[in-house]
Amino acid sequence: MQPMSQTHSDYRLSQLDQLEAESIHIFREVAAEFEKPVLMFSGGKDSIVMLRLAEKAFYPAKIPFSILQVDTGLDFPEVMETRDRWVSRLGVNLVVASIDDAIKNGIIPDAAKISRNRLQIPTLLNAIEENGFTAAFGGGRRDEEKARAKERVYSHRDEFGQWDPKNQRPELWNLYNGRLHEGEHMRIFPISNWTELDVWDYIGREGIEIPSIYYAHQRRVFVRDGMLMSETPLNPLREGEVVEERTVRFRTCGDITLTGCVESTASTIAEIIEEVAVARKTERGATRGDDRFSEAAMEDRKKEGYF
Amino acid sequence: MDLLRFATAGSVDDGKSTLIGRLLLDSKAIFEDQLEAVEATSEAKGYDYTDLALLTDGLRSEREQGITIDVAYRYFATPNRKFIIADTPGHVQYTRNMVTGASTADLGLVLVDARQGLTEQSRRHAVILSLLRVPHLVLAVNKMDLVDFDQAVYDRIYAEFTQFATKLNVPDLEVIPISALQGDNVVTRSENMPWYSGPTLMHHLEHVHVASDRDLIDARFPVQYVVRPKSDEFHDYRGYAGQVAGGILKPGDEVVVLPSGMTSKISKIDLFDKEIAEAFPPMSVTVHLEDDVDVSRGDMIARVKNAPTPSQDIDAMVCWMTTAPLQPRQKLAIKHTTRTGRALVKDIQYRLDVNTLHRDQATNELGVNEIGRVTLRTTVPLLCDPYSKNRTTGSFILIDEATGVTVGAGMING
Ligand SMILES: Nc1nc2c(ncn2[C@@H]2O[C@H](COP(=O)(O)OP(=O)(O)OP(=O)(O)O)[C@@H](O)[C@H]2O)c(=O)[nH]1
Ligand SMILES: [Mg+2]
Repeated sequence: MQPMSQTHSDYRLSQLDQLEAESIHIFREVAAEFEKPVLMFSGGKDSIVMLRLAEKAFYPAKIPFSILQVDTGLDFPEVMETRDRWVSRLGVNLVVASIDDAIKNGIIPDAAKISRNRLQIPTLLNAIEENGFTAAFGGGRRDEEKARAKERVYSHRDEFGQWDPKNQRPELWNLYNGRLHEGEHMRIFPISNWTELDVWDYIGREGIEIPSIYYAHQRRVFVRDGMLMSETPLNPLREGEVVEERTVRFRTCGDITLTGCVESTASTIAEIIEEVAVARKTERGATRGDDRFSEAAMEDRKKEGYF
Repeated sequence: MDLLRFATAGSVDDGKSTLIGRLLLDSKAIFEDQLEAVEATSEAKGYDYTDLALLTDGLRSEREQGITIDVAYRYFATPNRKFIIADTPGHVQYTRNMVTGASTADLGLVLVDARQGLTEQSRRHAVILSLLRVPHLVLAVNKMDLVDFDQAVYDRIYAEFTQFATKLNVPDLEVIPISALQGDNVVTRSENMPWYSGPTLMHHLEHVHVASDRDLIDARFPVQYVVRPKSDEFHDYRGYAGQVAGGILKPGDEVVVLPSGMTSKISKIDLFDKEIAEAFPPMSVTVHLEDDVDVSRGDMIARVKNAPTPSQDIDAMVCWMTTAPLQPRQKLAIKHTTRTGRALVKDIQYRLDVNTLHRDQATNELGVNEIGRVTLRTTVPLLCDPYSKNRTTGSFILIDEATGVTVGAGMING
């Protein structure tokens, strides 16, 4: 709290407070202007930060929208546990869209050749359509990836759920345009301007729970495509792959068969921050198999309706 | 740590994306996997050197065509400052995306190709930056390596630009000779230009004074959302959530709610679960009033003795962003702070020639990427200030009601 006598130049917010204020503004805009928003929740650190910001935006009222999770059947159990604790603490409504159910109900093809990562897209779009969601918050950050670096805070999706990166609406100041036609929806990225380091600083400052796999732990792993992958029956070993126990942690939480970990002894937020500050590889480049298919893998998936 | 937002500007191929790539690379903000990917692509395309523009030109079509189409946002930090960079496209067709990137900037970085000097597009961008009241401007005279690092070239462009800028509103200008490709005067001082004694670009970005343009006098609080928990614990809670757009709000302040004109006092201000003594821009807070007055989204809370005058007749500079021209009698949707309504175009007073800054009063429409002075009549009163006083309460967007697309950016005169 600032005493009256201070000069104007003292009325400044730290960059983290500025980012928080911007994100809260976005949450409130969407809650006020859209009929049925939903928060897409993966259980990873970015979606937890989103949930925290939503909690703050509407406090002491409950978050005025549901959260939606696409259950790939390949999620880390630790992530699901954390999700459940957040959901019960905040008392929010959780909608789960499961890929297995979508296959069973004939909504998406059961093509063994299509990865679960790709099947998330039709499952997600179907859940949005079925529930009539008009806006879906995502935890994407522009510093993550070069196609994400191009996306607006309010990102328009046509009636097929597609993004048209060459023809985005202008977005000026903090005046967001939420106009939609029947069947269209908006993806909203309230933490667009946060970096990986900002997210960690914020988790540290707020003292909030994140899945334990972000901290260093012992894990049975093997090397695939230069990445350390978890041993799990969901991901059978290929020829020549050997399992060994190492001290690791995860930088992102995705599909267990595609998300690698890094060797690390960082077991506190402060140690993680130190590690992130000197990291020489991006979090997705280092540990996400789903981004490695081609140079424009993310852009292509996003165009189809990915998170 | 503080925050500086800056945006690049200038004609196509003047080297904006290359410069951002260079800035990120030389300040060690590029990750190994990003650099490896860019080196591999450059090699595959048969380039002699690593094309640093590929670090920001992230869309497939941008990489195919070698131009920027839409804004790329990039981030880096030095020990004292975090930077949010908007690398915007130079191509005239994508001016709307340049305006998008520049609208939130504290500093505009205009590049010119030393061989060409100022072009119509560099002038257009300088005009847009000045209309947007971006408080700091840097003119980077780029590709100095292609003119033998000749001081005469720099001096000529310097003179040409300062002459043009006298007609604009440019509060703070720095002119820096650079080579984005080779790195001269970007992060490290150039040995090729001993005649230049000013700062490097990086040094300037790190030290330029920010936040001096905020209005801390005139309290403005556009109500975004009414918080009503409807729970037993917070049964009577009724708070007005929003982001402070100007001034300093304190409990005890006598306030007026616009447009109704009802007065009350601020009883408390919440920031999440804490009560705070003061709220100032750009804080997102929840304000409570002593009396049970009617307040809803779109209303504005201001001081009793210092409030904007509600007005339905708006005089503004408009930047038009779609192919179908803006014409008198056209009806559009308008969004101003948290208020939406409809607007009727009464008159197009003049179109600004971006080259000569001549005001063409004969015209009766604004074409795509053109800027002009426009009079509007709105269905609801806007609670506005001149843009020159407050970038939040002085700006609006125009939306095509049929397509839903944002087609105009307005800055209110006063
Ligand atoms: N010799 C030389 N070439 C440069 C320099 N800066 C940029 N270039 C080259 O100029 C060309 C255009 O550079 P870009 O960075 O893509 O230009 P831009 O301003 O971002 O273009 P748009 O975004 O499409 O408006 C590329 O071939 C660069 O390698 C420089 O300082 N010296
Ligand atoms: Mg470019």
